[in-house]
Amino acid sequence: MPAVEVSHIVKSYTDKVVVNDLSFSVNQGEIFGLIGPNGAGKTTTIRMMMDIIKPDSGEVTILGEKLSEASKNKLGYLPEERGLYRKLTTIDSIIYLAALKGVDRHSAEEKADELLTQTGMLPHKRKKIEELSRGMKQIIQFIVTIIHNPELVILDEPFSGLDPVNTELLKGMFADLRNRGKAVVLSTHQMNEVEELCDRILMIDHGRSVLYGRLAEIKSRYRSNSVLLEFEGKLEEVPGVREKRTHQGYVELVLDGNTTPGQVLERLVSTGIVINRFEVATPSLNEIFLKVAGRNHE
Amino acid sequence: MNKTSLIFKHEFWRTIKRVGFIILTLSLPVLALLGIGVFHIVSGITKPPAEVTRIGYVDEAGGFEQFTTQGNITLVRFDTPEAATQALIQKDIKEYFVIPPDFISTGVIKRYTMQKELVLPEATKTAITNFLSSNLLAEKVPPSVIGRIEAPLNLVTTTLTASGAVAAEQGGLTNLIIPGIFSLLLAFSLIFSSTYVLQGLGEERESRLMEILLSSVSTRQLISGKVLGIGAAGLVQVVVWVISIPLLLSLASSSIGGFLSTIQIPPHFLVLGVAYFILGYLIFAVLSAGVAAISATVQEGQGIASIFTLFAVAPFWFYSLIFAFPDSPVWVVFSIFPFSAPVLVMLRLGMLGVPAWQLIASMVVMVLSIVGGLLLVAKLLRTYLLMYGKRPGLRLIVRNLRSG
Repeated sequence: MPAVEVSHIVKSYTDKVVVNDLSFSVNQGEIFGLIGPNGAGKTTTIRMMMDIIKPDSGEVTILGEKLSEASKNKLGYLPEERGLYRKLTTIDSIIYLAALKGVDRHSAEEKADELLTQTGMLPHKRKKIEELSRGMKQIIQFIVTIIHNPELVILDEPFSGLDPVNTELLKGMFADLRNRGKAVVLSTHQMNEVEELCDRILMIDHGRSVLYGRLAEIKSRYRSNSVLLEFEGKLEEVPGVREKRTHQGYVELVLDGNTTPGQVLERLVSTGIVINRFEVATPSLNEIFLKVAGRNHE
Repeated sequence: MNKTSLIFKHEFWRTIKRVGFIILTLSLPVLALLGIGVFHIVSGITKPPAEVTRIGYVDEAGGFEQFTTQGNITLVRFDTPEAATQALIQKDIKEYFVIPPDFISTGVIKRYTMQKELVLPEATKTAITNFLSSNLLAEKVPPSVIGRIEAPLNLVTTTLTASGAVAAEQGGLTNLIIPGIFSLLLAFSLIFSSTYVLQGLGEERESRLMEILLSSVSTRQLISGKVLGIGAAGLVQVVVWVISIPLLLSLASSSIGGFLSTIQIPPHFLVLGVAYFILGYLIFAVLSAGVAAISATVQEGQGIASIFTLFAVAPFWFYSLIFAFPDSPVWVVFSIFPFSAPVLVMLRLGMLGVPAWQLIASMVVMVLSIVGGLLLVAKLLRTYLLMYGKRPGLRLIVRNLRSG
């Protein structure tokens, strides 16, 4: 049973279609990237998944059923626009918001201690939220998102405003959630984070799906069939190489349709040059997005 | 515990811990106790000594020789003004007055004192008046009649019911005091409760907490919990006042007496007062939540909400008209209109009372308004609470509500 099943959802605001016939599913035990530029419709899609706003048409099922009060407790949600009660202490904020997810006070405090220790936030347990830095508040918000051990965690731009140390900390915790069989939806416009973390992605632009599937497959689909080479010596003509492009410190060899990178490597070795780097060129997600989005805008 | 109860509990504690709430709740008992204390301090300092005061007089008209003891004041006769002045200088007397030869035709009495004073002390005036009238009437009427002439009237009025029985509610100006104070406090409370709701929702909206809350609870649970929590805080406030009013009144009337001992609490007032207080609290809390839902900022929300809170204070502007025409149909209409009903009904309860049908009608309208308001506000919250930094126009709101 998929953790999330979204089927043909549409949402419009005053004659502008924000999400247009979007369908996808998210499996348990995977990190699913919902990516696209700002204004692509990611947050609106998430709000429909969370039943905060209703789709004009289409359906969303969460953990096999329509979202209800009971199933809301199985979800953890870190919205893009997020905050906490400024005057409450860290622990009181966590306990109150955990209680709204059905966690009793004792369990919430126990789990909060564990997560605060894991994130290095335990010394700030009794501090008021207004006394914490922005990064610290984000960590607390993430703790609130997962304190009730949800089956599905939806994270909207979780890294915005975080320093590299805290970013790495959160990445580790996301991976841990996946390893424990949880479904994680990660919405971001930072493609590099997605490449590092996600198993599958949905790329949307102007509310429409433009790419959907396993990240590795997508990258392989958009591979340019070229290799990057750093070497010492004189590079002669290599059979199977259609074009040679010189860049700063390396060359890119574009292969013809019948030659594999392995064959080229064998031929290069036989020419006697010293090879310092040989890498099959794969486009970044950002490049793929620009290619796809550009094609769609033409 | 269900989620509405959790929000209720959270809001309740958050409200009663507010400094403004604590100050307003304790203001009535604390100020009243201070008033009683200050009265005792001031009266203790300025209270005239129990010893007899001596006042001199010079009788140039003749015939004013008797009745020289008037309560604590003893009147001492002098033959000449000079002798009286000398006694005054030597502090043998406190003051003196001269009864001129033409007193009977002019009524003029000349008074001399070494103290600066704003008005003639009431005790001195009464003593001199009674001394003069008693001497003028002596030998002409019996002494008992003289006493009646000096204090001719002690009017006791009893209101009867249609069947001729003594009415439970005797009316009178003293009946107005407690309802007046209560309605004034209610008006303050309504303004404060509106502010609490606006600030609470405003904070959750401005600090971007709203979306986190809505991922756990429905808008209906959120708004019901908030309004009921703030309503319960209002109940605490009114309970403090309802308990303290009779206690303070009893303390004030036993220790100060006079006018205070005549103050009455109209029958059923406390029960009705509590009911209107809670309903008023809830209706303004719902209204403020609706305003918060469509306002871009807390400040903007307070501006809009102040238009509605005018209804709560408006009965005070028309107080003299309500007093002069308590039965006017205008007040009947506004006693049923939910925003003005709480304060207006309480004011009218202290005047001629409010017929039962009007009380029932106004309560039913208020309860329906609260329930309908909650449903409407939940819808508004769902539609607008995630829109930051802009306020929708009235036409758009109506269109969105219609389209559901």
